[in-house]
Order: sequence, then structure tokens, then C-alpha cells
Amino acid sequence: MCSFCNHTSTCEGFNSLIVPYKLAPQQLVGVVGLEIHAQINSNTKLFSGSSVRFSAPPNSLVSFFDASLPGTLPVLNKRCVEAAVMTGLALNCSINRKSLFDRKHYFYADLPSGYQITQQRQPIAVDGTLTYSLLGGKKRSQVIRKTVNIKQIQLEQDSGKSLHDDLRSQTLIDLNRAGVGLMELVMEPDMSCGEEAAAAVRELQLILQALGTCQGNMSEGQMRVDANVSVHKPGEPLGIRAEVKNINSVRCLARAIDYEIQRQIEVLQRGQTVQNETRAYDSKSGETIPMRDKEGLQDYRFMPEPNLPPLIVYEDNASLPTGIDARQAVVVQKIREGLPELPGVKRDRLVQTYGILPEHSFTLVNEDGLVEYFEAVLKVTKKEPRKVIGWVTNELLGHLKEKDMSVSHSPISPSALAELLELQETGHISSSAAKQVFQEMWRSPGKPASQIIQEQDLGLVSDAARLHSICQKVVDSHPNEVHAIRNGNKKVLNKLMGLVQKETKGRADPVLVMAILQEKTS
Amino acid sequence: MLGLTIREVSLALREGRISPTELCRKCLNRIKKTQHLNAYITVTEELALKQAREAETRLLQGAPKGPLDGIPFAVKDNFCTENIKTTCASRMLKDYHPPYNATVVQKLFDQGAVLMGKTNMDEFAMGAGSTDGAFGPVRNPWSYAAPYREQTGAAADSDWVVTGGSSGGSAAAVAALTSFLSLGSDTGGSTRNPGALCGVVALKPTYGLLSRHGLIPLVNSMDVPGIMTRSVSDAAIVLDILQGLDIRDSTTIPAPASSLTELPEGFDVKNICVGIPKEYHAPGLSEETLAQWSRIVDMFEKAGARVEQVSLPHTQHSIVCYHVLCHAEVASNMARFDGLEYGHRSAVDSSTEAMYASTRHEGFNDVVRGRILSGNYFLLKQNYEHYFIKAQKVRRLIADDFKRVFNSGVDVLLTPTTLADAACYSEFTQEDNRTRSAQEDVFTQPVNMAGLPAVSVPTALSRRGLPIGLQLIGPALHDKKLLSVAHWIEQRVGFPSICEYGDSGETRNDTGMTKREQTSAV
Repeated sequence: MCSFCNHTSTCEGFNSLIVPYKLAPQQLVGVVGLEIHAQINSNTKLFSGSSVRFSAPPNSLVSFFDASLPGTLPVLNKRCVEAAVMTGLALNCSINRKSLFDRKHYFYADLPSGYQITQQRQPIAVDGTLTYSLLGGKKRSQVIRKTVNIKQIQLEQDSGKSLHDDLRSQTLIDLNRAGVGLMELVMEPDMSCGEEAAAAVRELQLILQALGTCQGNMSEGQMRVDANVSVHKPGEPLGIRAEVKNINSVRCLARAIDYEIQRQIEVLQRGQTVQNETRAYDSKSGETIPMRDKEGLQDYRFMPEPNLPPLIVYEDNASLPTGIDARQAVVVQKIREGLPELPGVKRDRLVQTYGILPEHSFTLVNEDGLVEYFEAVLKVTKKEPRKVIGWVTNELLGHLKEKDMSVSHSPISPSALAELLELQETGHISSSAAKQVFQEMWRSPGKPASQIIQEQDLGLVSDAARLHSICQKVVDSHPNEVHAIRNGNKKVLNKLMGLVQKETKGRADPVLVMAILQEKTS
Repeated sequence: MLGLTIREVSLALREGRISPTELCRKCLNRIKKTQHLNAYITVTEELALKQAREAETRLLQGAPKGPLDGIPFAVKDNFCTENIKTTCASRMLKDYHPPYNATVVQKLFDQGAVLMGKTNMDEFAMGAGSTDGAFGPVRNPWSYAAPYREQTGAAADSDWVVTGGSSGGSAAAVAALTSFLSLGSDTGGSTRNPGALCGVVALKPTYGLLSRHGLIPLVNSMDVPGIMTRSVSDAAIVLDILQGLDIRDSTTIPAPASSLTELPEGFDVKNICVGIPKEYHAPGLSEETLAQWSRIVDMFEKAGARVEQVSLPHTQHSIVCYHVLCHAEVASNMARFDGLEYGHRSAVDSSTEAMYASTRHEGFNDVVRGRILSGNYFLLKQNYEHYFIKAQKVRRLIADDFKRVFNSGVDVLLTPTTLADAACYSEFTQEDNRTRSAQEDVFTQPVNMAGLPAVSVPTALSRRGLPIGLQLIGPALHDKKLLSVAHWIEQRVGFPSICEYGDSGETRNDTGMTKREQTSAV
């Protein structure tokens, strides 16, 4: 399982790609910056009252403003501003007390007004950092912390969607997405490979989801990542960069970047120069290819948006000028107080509080609701957290992944799992039996562990007379082993123990069996 | 009856001297009789009669909605009217039926006012003559009144004079007695200029006091809905109804709390200071207009007002900067007219780009296309600093000029509205739109650059028998005080109504030709 992109299949490909150029004599290394468009999770659009919903019937969520009917004007959505401020705070940005909106002009069929309203000159948040971690070392169990600088977060409108029907040579336009609020996050070129970029994006995803400011689903386009990739020799000026677009998963991001780094290195090694161009990632071939319609220099003819006054946010209620309604104003202090626990903090807390391994904390935090599940189990069991974690991250998560289910849909509730673990802890069942019970609980939601144990007779056999008789049978039928033990080879005891367990289908109390066997072979 | 003011006709309606339906029919007849003026693009006869009948019911029940219930009005064809064609006098929107009402139109409807139709203009309000629209030029009603005919011996169908622009249709509608009030738009003088040339009161309110929602923009940062009436107190009535915050327009501001509901009778000018900006003695100012200016200055002095010469040193740079900013915003605002969502769509469909190009070529006239080209040029990355930013800086200096003068104790500024009275169409069209705009807006556009309120008041007929108007400029949000001063002037100049010259078939009993001698220029 890949530690950062949350896919169970292995990410072959980019690991093998990194190796050759790192060892290459000319020491060319990749430099990666990211531009991320995150759709703001809000009920309505950035400047209009239309609803925001994925996969609604085409053109069913379009206001007069969204269709750019003449005479309509933008009205800023407060929720979107608060989401951007909250995101800025979570990413250690300074929040600009005053920010401005600009028009960025270009003709495109799914941009009805001929310009996008964005924040070019003075964005809402600037100068932040994102700390993310990679798992490194031999067993990928060592946590390596890295930081990428966030240049800015700007509020802007999303465009509509164009669907090209090549057969009938026409383009169909869906404006449902037109005007949805976006946060554009610009990450400085502080990363060096696909794995780092992917880890940073995955961390950002978790942060945005924790904040509730973006759902972060890349395949639904709620988060879109463009990568600026160049190569250079460390210490020398940055190379010419290419922009890679059309990346729709974290895994693809890593592959696209590593492919592009390798491609640029090869271009330079052939003595050619890298072009400043936009390239699209083709997930089928794993290659990046030049985008034809992005050729040539665009002049966006930026201009201040005259229909929106400067966006002012206030530090606290005390700084509100008279006449401004506190309910209408965006107050940074209030948002700061409402910040939830962020993933990095949560992971540290889990490791410290429960003594679990760092990689387990990643697994817990990566899966929506898994931390809460884990902590709910701990509340009702005396079992040590370090013994519970395996059940949650292996048994439970494994079953969920297999069925592509979310934690909230688990057929086994935290209390049901706790009951099972409690029965094991108190010696009512063996650990192998517990796994059998778990399987049955998964198949029959709601059926308590105790009932399954009773029905299937999985309880631990601790009837001394019965165990004595089984042990006697094993001892009698294995004279050679008994001889070896008597000669001092105590390890052979384990073999006899195994045979007893086989006889009892793993239900024999191991402590009791060991005592009986020792007695009988002494 | 048609020559009455709103105040007078409203009283007549309440007293039952005339019914709203009768009044509406009279206006419709008058529209037919004056069809040669080409003041209306669309006459909404059916709707008008329906609205008049509804007003009649309310009046009969003794429950009128307000002073405008049953009052006929006209709206410039760049304000959106629900399901009523709104063309901006452009082929681009020749069949466009907006699905909503502009806020200012809705407010008039809510008051029971009766819409007679949509008025002619320069295409997309780009012009100062109302000669550059897709539906032909508007003719100044005074071209057909006795004074002009007698003075110039002009032939009926040639040598007619322009209305000024771009709200020429709205000015003509009020001047020709087909409506009691009309809405224009004022970006650089588009309400005041035709107001002056057609002899009506034309108010350009403080920027932001009236909602622009539903006004198809020319320059968002300067546009304001303008009010045209036949008396200053009528303009005050309409201003009261239209002003105030609109959540659909983020640049609106609340009406000042101290706003007078009625203009004070017997306003004393003794306590006011009238500023005369020396820079407004511009080249090209006609002798007659200058004489009118002096006459009113004398009037103020005699009444005990303090009259001071003041300086607005940056005025000379205003028109150039106005054009840079105007064209830049035009380039941006016109980008939405691509033939996809609404409006004209070219038959050329070989590619999306080809369709854009031919749609825009076919839909816009030369003036609009010219401004789009130069505006885009000013916004290019390499030019932005040199043109747009520089023009914005000068704009700030111009606003500061006004601020400084008003802070020094000046209450109002008195200036000419235009250089001279209306030009003959044949003469006016000798020069191109750009030259004419520069000449015609020279006294009016600095006010838009600064966002200040200004009103043009007709003061006299020229030797040619054509109206001359003067402009009063006040500090931001002092619209009512400005109107009080304008009212004072109005009461003293005795400007004649066109109906005194028999053209309407109705003559007021209390006025006669003697008045013209009293008011004639020089």
C-alpha cells in the first residue's frame, strides 16, 4: 500500500523513475511547484445565489448572473470568504485585511462573460506554509517532515464545462459549474519529485476536509492540481518550466511529475532545450503531451473589477467600525477560534496519547472517521491501544477497502468490536478465534460477538480434564518429540502445543495447555 | 394636461380631473404624433394601458401607491425590462427580451408608474448625439417648435437639430411631452447633455445612490441612472423613490438619513457659496452659453450668495483619462456579447472563434468596435501601467480637486452643461463620434470621474430658439441640497415649456410668448 496516495495497489513506476537521475553524473534535479484549484464547499456560488451541486442536470443551476446576462452584477458570498480565511489560517498565511478583485479576460465558450473574476493584485491570504510528512527509511516507517511555502490563496470563479461532440462537430456548454467559488492556492517550487508533491497535496486534502472548506475529491474536480515542473543543477538558477495539467488523482500527480522530470532531463541530455509550454498528462500512457490549444502567449488584460468594492475583513469584534453589523462582517478572530484539530496535530496527539506507531497515525488520519472509530473502541475496552490499532487498521480497514466502503458504513460498530476485543482480552476466546468471530460479525451486522461464540462453539476450552486427555493423546502419539524435550530441547514443546491447538481448532487456553504439556513431558 | 409637472398631474389624477387611462391615451397619441422624433425604440402600448387601468382602480378606491401612481414614464433602452425588448440600440440585442427588471424600473412599477416605452439612444450609450444607434438618430423636439422655425427659417424636414446623447430618446420623450419623467443613464454626461439640449431637468445622482442592477453597463465605475423631468421638484420626487441600498448592486450606498423629502420653498441662497471653476471657460464655449452662465452668476450675487472663482487644475486632463478608462471598461464589458447565451449570433459557424468574430462584427457598430479595440490596447500588459494606471491616478487627482474645493467652503459649483446649444444633424455628423464625445462631454465627465451629483437646469432659449442649460455640481450625497439650489434657479429663469408654442395642441393658460422675451439669451 502506498503510504501517501491512499491506494492499496502499489505505485510502481515513480520509485524506479527517481533512481536514475538522482545518480546521474550531471546531478540534474527536479523542481516542482503546484497551483491548486479547490472548489469551496458552499451551498451557493461565489457571486450568485445559484446552488452548487455535482452532477445536477446540465444548466439547471444557472442564475442570470452566471449566464452573464447584461446588467447583472456580482454579489460576494460571505461563506466563501470565510472558507478562504479559514483555509489561510490553517496554512499559516497572513490574511490581508483588504483584498481586491480583478477581471482576467479570455474568450472561451464556457466563460460566458469573457472574463473570470479573480484576485490578481491583492489576494485574500499570502505567505503561508504547509507541513507534510513522508514515510521513509527501510521499512517506510520513518517519518520525514517537509515544508512547502504557500505564496497566496486567491478567491475566484470557476468556469462552466464544455463538452465537445466531434461527430456532430459542435460544443455543448453546461454552466452549472460557472461561478462556483474556487480557492486558488499557489505553492512555491519547494518540492523535488512526484512523491513529495503527492504527499503535500494529500496533506492539503486532509486539511481542507478537516476544515470543511473543500471536499477535496480530485476525480469530481473539486480539487484540481497543475504542476509547474523544471530541472536544474542544485545551486544554479531554475530551469525553464513546463506546466502539467489534466491530473485527476494524487497517484497520477506523482507519476506525471516524475515522468516530466525524467523527460526534461532526457531533453537536456540530448542537448536540446525545455520548452515553456503547457502539457497534458495522459493517464493511460503515463506520459505528458503538449496541449495544442494552449499554444502561444495569452495576454489576459487584467483590470480591477469595478462592481465589487474592496473586500475588508476585520481582526476581531473590537476592530469593527461603527455601523458595521457583526453578523455581516468577516471576523478573523472568530474564524480562528473555530478552527478544528488539523491532521498533523491529530497524528502527534495519537502517537503521544496512545503510544501507537507514527505510520499507524497516518493510516488512521488518512481515512475519514477512522480516528473517531479508534477512539470510540478505546473508550469501552480495557485492551491496550497498541493492541487495538491492528484490529482497526488491518481487520476493519482491510474489510472496508475490499468492499470500497467508508468507515461510517461499517457493519461492525465500535462498541461491537470493543466487545469482541474484551472477550479476547479476558481469555474467553483465542486471537485466532477472535478473527473468525470478526468475519462472522462482518457478515451478520448487529449480531453480538458473544452470540457468535456461543453458536459456533468458539469459546476457549479450559476444561482441565478435557485438555488433559487431549494432551495425553498427543504425548502418547509423539514419543520422539517427548524424548527430545526430556533431553532438554524445550522448543519442541511448541510443536506439541500446535498439535493440541489443531485438535481443538485453536480454542485451547494456551497457558493451561503449556502447563499440562510441561507436566506430562517432565 | 401633458405639459404639467408630475406634482400637478398627480394632483389632477387624485382630484379626478383626468383618469390614468385618459392620461395614458393622451401620451400614446402624442407619441404617435411625434413619431418623427424617433424617440422611442419600443412603445409598450398594451402594457401601458393595462398599468393605467390598474392605477385607475387604485385611484378610484382612494388608495394610490404614491405620487407616481398612474404617471406615464419612459425608460432608456439600456435598462432591462422583463419580457420587454431591450436593445441598447444595437443589432447585437435587437431581439433581446430580458427576464428581469432593472431595480430602478421595478421601483417605478412598484409606485404604479405607467411605462410608455423604451427610448432611443446611441448604441450601448456610446455617443453624445443620439445619432449612432442602430435605429437611427433622435430628433430634438425643439427643431419643430416655433422659436427655432421662426428664428432660422428652417425647412421642416431638414436642418433639424440633435438631442445630444446618449440618452437623447429619454430627453426627447420628456421634452416632447410624451412622458412625465424618463430614465437615462449618465456615464460622462449622457443624461445632462441631452437634458440641456432638449430643455429638461437632468439629474445625475451621486455614484452609488441609485442601483445599477439591470442597467446594461458602459463604464461600471462611472455609470449612474439619470432622472429627467420637466421640473426640479419632480426630479426630487423621483430621486426619493429610486435612491437607496440595493443588495443586488454592491456599490450602492444608503440614502443619507437627513435627506429632505420635499424641496424647501423659499430656499435662501444667502447662506451658500457658489464656486465658479475657471477651467470651465473652455475653448469653444459659445457666447450665448457664457452669457447665460454670467446671468445666473449675477442672479446669485444679487440674491446675496457668495460667488467665488475656484480652480480645478486637473480638469484639462480629464477628458483624455475618461476616454482611456471608458474604453478599457467597454472592452471588458462587451466581451460577454459572443452570441452564445443571448443576442445576435452570426450564421458563420465554421469554428467557435469564427462565430465570435463574425457575431461581434455584425452585431456592433464602428464606434463600439473602435472602443473595444482601443480599450483592449490600453489593457495589454505592456500598456496597462502607461495608460490605465496613469488615467486612474489622474482620476484620483480630479476627485481630489473637487474635494478640496468643497472642503474650502464651496457648496455648489456652477458651470455650463454643454459648449453651445444643439447642433444641426447635418453639421453634427461632420465630425466622428470620438471628436464629438470629447467636445460634448468636456464639462460633464469630470463629475463622473469623481462620482459627484450634478444637475443640468434649462435657463433660456438661444437666439436660434434652442435650449441652453447650466450645470450645478455638489459634494457627494448632497443631491437634495443641489436640487434646492437648482429649484431656486428654475423659479427665477422662467424657462418655457414646449407646449407654449402650440406644438402640443394644448397651451397653458398662464403663460404666453412674453416669457420668451424675458428668458431669451444675451
